[in-house]
Amino acid sequence: MFGWQEIFILPTGHGFLFGVILLLMLTGSVNYDLSLGLVLTFLLGAMGVVSIFHTYRNLARLRISVRRNPPVFAGGQAIFTLKVENAENLPRYNVTIHCGRQTSAPFDVPALGAVDIQLAVPAPRRGVLKPGRCKLGTRFPLGLFKAWAYLIPDSYCLIYPNPECEIRRPLPRAEAGDSIARASGNDDFAGLRSYQRGDALRHVAWKAVARGHPLMTKQFDGNADLSIWLDWDELPASMDTEARLSRLARWVLDAGSGQKSFGLRLPGQTVPPATGAVQQQRCLSALARFGL
Amino acid sequence: MARIQPATAIAAGPALSLPDVSWLLVSLALVAAPHALRLPLWIAPLAAALAFWRWHIAHRGLALPRKLALVPLVVAVTASVYLSHGDLLGRDAGVSLLVMMLALKLLETTRPRDAMLMLLFGYFLVITNFLYSESVSTALYMLLGVVAITATMINFHHGPSPAALRNTLRIALLLVAQAAPLMLVLFILFPRVQGPLWGVQYDKSGGSTGLSDTMAPGSMSQLSLSRATAFRAKFETAPPAQYALYWRGPVLWDFDGRTWSGNARQESVADRSYVAKSVPLRYAVTLEPHGKTSMLALDLPIERPRDSKLTPDFQIIASAPVTTRMRYEMASVLDYHANVDASDDELRRALRLPDNSNPRARALAKTLRSDSDSDRDIVDAALALFRQQPFFYTLSPPLLGAQAVDEFLFDKRRGFCEHYASSFTFLMRAAGVPARVVTGYQGGEINPLDDYMVVRQADAHAWAEVWLLDRGWVRIDPTAAVAPSRVEQGVTAALPAEEAFVLANFSEQNWLRPARLTWDAAANSWNQWVLGYDPSRQLQVLSNIGLRGASWRTMAVVLIVVVSIIVLAMAAMLLRQHRAAPRDPVVSAYRTFCAKLAKGGFSRQPAEGPRDFAARVAEAKPEHAAAIAAISRLYIDLRYGVLAERAAAERLARLVKQLKI
Repeated sequence: MFGWQEIFILPTGHGFLFGVILLLMLTGSVNYDLSLGLVLTFLLGAMGVVSIFHTYRNLARLRISVRRNPPVFAGGQAIFTLKVENAENLPRYNVTIHCGRQTSAPFDVPALGAVDIQLAVPAPRRGVLKPGRCKLGTRFPLGLFKAWAYLIPDSYCLIYPNPECEIRRPLPRAEAGDSIARASGNDDFAGLRSYQRGDALRHVAWKAVARGHPLMTKQFDGNADLSIWLDWDELPASMDTEARLSRLARWVLDAGSGQKSFGLRLPGQTVPPATGAVQQQRCLSALARFGL
Repeated sequence: MARIQPATAIAAGPALSLPDVSWLLVSLALVAAPHALRLPLWIAPLAAALAFWRWHIAHRGLALPRKLALVPLVVAVTASVYLSHGDLLGRDAGVSLLVMMLALKLLETTRPRDAMLMLLFGYFLVITNFLYSESVSTALYMLLGVVAITATMINFHHGPSPAALRNTLRIALLLVAQAAPLMLVLFILFPRVQGPLWGVQYDKSGGSTGLSDTMAPGSMSQLSLSRATAFRAKFETAPPAQYALYWRGPVLWDFDGRTWSGNARQESVADRSYVAKSVPLRYAVTLEPHGKTSMLALDLPIERPRDSKLTPDFQIIASAPVTTRMRYEMASVLDYHANVDASDDELRRALRLPDNSNPRARALAKTLRSDSDSDRDIVDAALALFRQQPFFYTLSPPLLGAQAVDEFLFDKRRGFCEHYASSFTFLMRAAGVPARVVTGYQGGEINPLDDYMVVRQADAHAWAEVWLLDRGWVRIDPTAAVAPSRVEQGVTAALPAEEAFVLANFSEQNWLRPARLTWDAAANSWNQWVLGYDPSRQLQVLSNIGLRGASWRTMAVVLIVVVSIIVLAMAAMLLRQHRAAPRDPVVSAYRTFCAKLAKGGFSRQPAEGPRDFAARVAEAKPEHAAAIAAISRLYIDLRYGVLAERAAAERLARLVKQLKI
């Protein structure tokens, strides 16, 4: 929201030219004794002054809020969505938002209305992308003055690592009883562990609950349906960090499209196995934030 | 809520669309149009053709011509302008060049930022129109032009909203209206400098109508066909009678047998002297520009306005040709003795005649001299001659040859004031009575709407002055001897019926008279207050508002203070918060209700619905139970039910107001 202090206003190039023309008209009117020339000069000058207020007013008290920005893969374009809101009964015309090198198309904000402005910002690297300092500007109504205000949207966009785009690398094999690829099948009872959200209710040890124990989940060993572990340490030592993340991202995408549950193990961080799109996003987020 | 598609960077703005081009063309054409007939005939069609070409390009989505291709066109147009006007910098040449360059610039205008440039020069085009006319109608028309240009500029900066035309015009009018107070203050207070700052090369009044410095047979009768205003006068007291309204202009001393000419070289060394026999009459003259230096005043001026001189023969001569309307305060006496002590040089000059001209008139003069005892008798005898002989007053006199005075006096005997004044003065000089011709205006019409007297070109007149011992210069009007009604009622009355008809076409039609007087009065106020608002008028206005004798510095301070006040007021008005839509009256009434109960110790809990809340309060305050129940029920119906009547909402507000806890 922009109040008194934050709006800057200066003449544009056309505004300066307008001033020069007014001076010409003034001297000409004096020289040729043109009373109407003076009337015109003063009228235009006064219109210039009035237009300063209009230009300023066109930005004043606009509210900007941030919408949720969907993550994208590195190399794509992050779309930042800003909601520009006009709580007053005065329409605003021809406003632009400028972030980095991107400028939005001019937009109007209707009286007592709001518009969503989307800015596409290139996202070359994985990580957290912030739009940085943005500029809200206008030249309405005459283009003789430009008003602008800065805003730093409290907004970010998560940039997933660019998935390695080679033909599908085989996923790591799921291994039973392996200390690395810890699987959780459902064939043979293997013991109890404490309940975690997402565990199937039919695996809860209800008898133990009945005896007053906390919720426990029964664990089974089996070969039929093993979880896949996507493990940082499994990758060849020759790969650097970004390449590894890229490979893991590919695996996450491939694994997420299948039915099997998968987990992700990064140095100092583990995403327990699960299936589906949510798990996929959880893993990709972990990859995006890795090392930051 | 609108959803805007993401856009890539926009560098110089989108190309001009067809509506954009149309806006641009229409607004520029509007302000250029009045020039069409004033400029060389090839300008308007060529400019129109270029504009049409640009429109065609936009209409068909064609490409603009390459810039290089325009160079020969620019050269050719510049050369044509030079050939048409003989220069490139004068008023007409400058306007021609500006119009043509703007028309050519159209062909390389692709984007709004180029178009903005053209619009800014469009404003400049507006002011060039005032070089030709500053009439009320021009002003109104140009206001239209300013609105159109402004609307076009707004159109280029308006953003994507639909329904642009109406909205754009509305904003343009709003800007003009909001600028008006500041404009007015600047116009009144901005320190005026008397122009010109550099040489003005043209005669602003166009073809000047008015008195010339010479008088030949026929020169005055031309003027008599013009209804144009020569000047206006406003008297401080009651104006003098019609027959006393002799407005003195150029005094003509030198005669070459046919033409009288003025005394540009002030040969006379005599001092100006006068003895007033009546109270000086005070009045203000507003003189229309006529391109000459002579300034009109009622016979006999005794003061001179600023920047002028009063000659020994009582002419007022401006220091520079009068090219703009000027206003000056004057004082005159109507009964006087002027230059009784005239020098011999002056009198010799008033007797000089070319040798060997008009022998018959000279012979007549000799007879007059020998038959009379005094100069006064000679004058009377000559006037009697004009009265008794068959002389006729007419606007279309026959042509006169080389011996114009002889032919007029003895053969044709039909003429206008210049014939009578000329031949009378000749007779006097030939008879040894010092005499001279005075040109000027006779008469004037008071406009009852604003009490201004209008003197028109048609009132142009010429008379004679003779110098008599003990009386000095005495005005003699020989025309009055022939056609007394000329002096008493004006030209139309004095003319024969068939000639008066020509004049009547533009004068006395009774049913038109009120309209003409109204228009005259309006034009006069415009002249006085808008066009005639010059440094002296400004000082007068400032002294009226208590700034008598204000210095340049005081005026600047006053200007800055007043402008600041206006700008601040404007800022407060324009930057104020525009209230959001009025809140739902139902909600606000219920809020008031809750606030009242909260004051009484019952605040509504976040989880408490209106019904439960009402039940809880009613239990504790049985005396208000009915009112509280009614309010709550009404609120629930209005807010959540189908009841949506204004009357019901008003009833709710009323009930809440009546509730006293």
